[in-house]
Amino acid sequence: MEVRVSNVRKEFDRFPALRDVSLDIRSGELIALLGPSGSGKTTLLRLIAGLERPTRGTIFFGDEDASNRTIQQRNVGFVFQHYALFRHMTVADNIGFGLKVRPAAKRPTRAEIRARASELLDLVQLSGLEKRYPAQLSGGQRQRVALARAMAIEPKVLLLDEPFGALDAQVRRELRRWLREIHDATGHTTIFVTHDQEEALELADRVVVMSQGRIEQIGTADEVYDTPNSPFVYGFIGESSSLPVKVEDGQVWISDRPIGLSTPDLGDGEATLYFRPHDIELLDDCNGCIAGTLAASRRVAGTRRVELEIGGARERVEIELPVGHPAAQKSRVAFRPKRWKLFPKEG
Amino acid sequence: MADPELYPADAYHQHASLAVTERPLARAALMALAFAFLAIFLLLPLVVVFEQAFSRGIAPFLSAINDPDTIAAIRLTLLVAVISVPLNLVFGVAAAWAIAKFEFKGKAFLTTLIDLPFSVSPVISGLVYVLLFGASSLLGPWLKMHGIVILFAVPGIVLATVFVTFPFVARELIPLMQEQGTGDEEAALSLGANGWQTFWHVTLPNIKWGLLYGVLLCNARAMGEFGAVSVVSGHIRGLTNTMPLHVEILYNEYNAVAAFAVASVLAGLALVTLVLKTLLELRYGAEIAATRGH
Ligand SMILES: Nc1ncnc2c1ncn2[C@@H]1O[C@H](COP(=O)(O)OP(=O)(O)OP(=O)(O)O)[C@@H](O)[C@H]1O
Ligand SMILES: [Mg+2]
Repeated sequence: MEVRVSNVRKEFDRFPALRDVSLDIRSGELIALLGPSGSGKTTLLRLIAGLERPTRGTIFFGDEDASNRTIQQRNVGFVFQHYALFRHMTVADNIGFGLKVRPAAKRPTRAEIRARASELLDLVQLSGLEKRYPAQLSGGQRQRVALARAMAIEPKVLLLDEPFGALDAQVRRELRRWLREIHDATGHTTIFVTHDQEEALELADRVVVMSQGRIEQIGTADEVYDTPNSPFVYGFIGESSSLPVKVEDGQVWISDRPIGLSTPDLGDGEATLYFRPHDIELLDDCNGCIAGTLAASRRVAGTRRVELEIGGARERVEIELPVGHPAAQKSRVAFRPKRWKLFPKEG
Repeated sequence: MADPELYPADAYHQHASLAVTERPLARAALMALAFAFLAIFLLLPLVVVFEQAFSRGIAPFLSAINDPDTIAAIRLTLLVAVISVPLNLVFGVAAAWAIAKFEFKGKAFLTTLIDLPFSVSPVISGLVYVLLFGASSLLGPWLKMHGIVILFAVPGIVLATVFVTFPFVARELIPLMQEQGTGDEEAALSLGANGWQTFWHVTLPNIKWGLLYGVLLCNARAMGEFGAVSVVSGHIRGLTNTMPLHVEILYNEYNAVAAFAVASVLAGLALVTLVLKTLLELRYGAEIAATRGH
């Protein structure tokens, strides 16, 4: 099922949680909504589910305007951030709930519901736990029961709000891989919310980066990482360093020195230079480079992070060096970013 | 009003007590104090009631109970409870639902309104009904014209009782429902359940113990209410006397045995509800514990 969000705005008491959001999701796609806290991810997900109504704009399921359909009719599977399992029901009853409440004509028999619940428990690798109550499960198990419950109604669209948010890193990684497998096996259109970029980049076909109620960029993991289209995305996805610079005659300057980067398309004026700390080359002789004095250095896993103070304004940037690289011992380091992007200063 | 935490949290406290155990001496002293207090202020009066009721043996007790006026009073009390408790059950659940699960203007006002019966004296509650429906009130002539009798009759007593006992169910449920939020309901809706199914299969089971407790308290008060009922009843023997009013009349007539006999029946009814609650807790203790741990 395709899902199309078209110019949607959502206000809570005048406060705009979403401003003019548009998004096309292809059938069978696995989409991540990624953004900092309060950026409107949950709101967008709830709007798609029909748990909330847009202030303006339309949401289409296929070609049909979903506004006319209640949440029950939309047939979406929603996995809540805190699972929202029914505590007074066993695992099997939780999973079977969506089938049990169907109108008599479409309701499977009890035996069928039970069989379906067992089948789904197999799928989420929890066979044998039918009789347990949610309180008797671990967080990861509850998560999987919640997913099985949502899938029991054979939803057209599966929506997951921070599905792994409350779990530890190890379990998260496992469940992540496993969610991908389930997605590939069932082919549901799946949208999940996360504020963990690693999760989004690894898992999703396309990532929707959100900030302050707007979509900043939509693209594959490679696209949003390699060609971020805004300072926000550059800063939010992956490590990044930035420096205030000046553009003159197509050359990039830091204070009074050109740094050997040319940008023919950009007009003169102030701008900010963004690059990845690891995507640099160290230079011995500085004719056109960024040079700075070493201010701090720390070991991060397999690399060394070095903080440099640049120029008279003593702006700080971080670059990454291989462990044991001689440059880390020197007091002055010169480098040039291999890949970089300039964003003109706003206003 | 009783602390709503008191009832269902036993399971929690058993766990908690491991971590915060006082020294044995302090614990013994605290328990002794609690038991002594309960015995003197709660148990002793109850024992005295029964002791007085049977002070001249069983025969006077039975004849006091068998008196037609007493039987009428018992009947009326049960009738009032049977009408007002279900009404407050429905109103209470509806009000708690509205307050706990929706955002709307005037919510704070509604919450205050629910507390009104607790904050004004029951006598005043009764007087309000007299002012509203009495012969000299605005509605009085109209009611008379249509032959509707409210004051000094069963409808008035029921109305006053409903008013006085309204907060019990709502007060019990509001914090519970607020704590539980709307997550479960949203999950049920997203799974295709309609409003009624959601209420029946999800909301009700989540609140049933709180609801039961609220209903028991409401019932106890409905049967025991004196002040408001006294104002609107008119004290017509055999017709509009509830048990508490009847006890007072008998007592004022220096008929102590009969007064205490009726009082003991009233206390007995209250005890029955308490025993019922305890039995249910014993029977479903495991389930209560299971549904709370999460
Ligand atoms: N029911 C509501 N009433 C009022 N404001 C709301 C409501 N729901 C969300 N908001 C506001 O809308 C904005 C977006 O909220 P939303 O829950 O969508 O953020 P989010 O991206 O999911 O954040 P998080 O990662 O913290 O879950 C926030 O500023 C929030 O305060
Ligand atoms: Mg959220």
